[in-house]
Amino acid sequence: MNCKIPNGIDMSQQASWCPGCGHGIIVRLLAEAAQELGIDDRMIMVEDVACGEFAQFALKYNTIMGAHGRPIVTAAGIKRVRPDAIVVAHPGDGSAYSIGVESTLHCALRNENILALVVNNSVFGMTGGQMSPTSLVDMKTTSSPHGRSIKKDGSPIDVTKILGQLDIAYLARGSLDSPANVIRTGKMIKKALQKQMNGEGFCLVEVLSPCPTNWNMTPVDALEFIKKKQSVTYPTGEFIDKGGAI
Amino acid sequence: MSKISVDYKRCKGCFLCVSVCPKNALTPSKELGAKGYEIVHLDGEKCIGCGSCYRMCPDYCIEITD
Repeated sequence: MNCKIPNGIDMSQQASWCPGCGHGIIVRLLAEAAQELGIDDRMIMVEDVACGEFAQFALKYNTIMGAHGRPIVTAAGIKRVRPDAIVVAHPGDGSAYSIGVESTLHCALRNENILALVVNNSVFGMTGGQMSPTSLVDMKTTSSPHGRSIKKDGSPIDVTKILGQLDIAYLARGSLDSPANVIRTGKMIKKALQKQMNGEGFCLVEVLSPCPTNWNMTPVDALEFIKKKQSVTYPTGEFIDKGGAI
Repeated sequence: MSKISVDYKRCKGCFLCVSVCPKNALTPSKELGAKGYEIVHLDGEKCIGCGSCYRMCPDYCIEITD
């Protein structure tokens, strides 16, 4: 087996993610998929103001940092002026489902030809682990110290239920809890990039990612948390797989 | 025979590789690395080159070549 770091990863510096953060794995999967498809030189990343922004130090691709919470709609704009580029928005769950939920929804309604690679770690990571829309029921965060209650805070957002009936090209959810699921997630990202190259429309790949720092766990326990709790609330798999209206 | 190499300078000591290694070739070393984290220890004799550690490493420390 040949496991070489892909060309898109910048090995001259190191991104300052916490130990055990899933962002590093997701970024490597993206670089692997881009290298396999031969689109390294066409990639444009759109980062959010969040932990995901450190991907600009981990990747060699051109990067734009959008307004806070709006990387998906910024990516849609870039795709319209640079239709030859492969544009990837890289928001977190707080950005895609809370701060910028309107841009996520309306980019999906317009079937913009981009990939939204959403990192779901069930907290607002960079600001200190506050409760996000995807925090699990009874999950303790810095802004819900007694656990999230449905009565007070509402139910967790499941994006597959919001976008599940829309006419978009691809909607899938992967997980990073085991090497097998990492391989599956990599295949989802590659498929979504291929769909963007074919001009099929909006692709959203959500990845369940560990945040050991804000979950107050060791990285290994964080993987167990994904396996036993997070992926029960958010089942993994492909939910929409079709060509868009373009 | 595949060959594994670990870049200890990049290791942040998350030990995700240790948790997924099927042959216990990777273990915590009890030594601190350049960044002040406890780094991983590799026993190259036990490695079968399955690539699980490469897939789980978030800091691109591990490479496996044929």
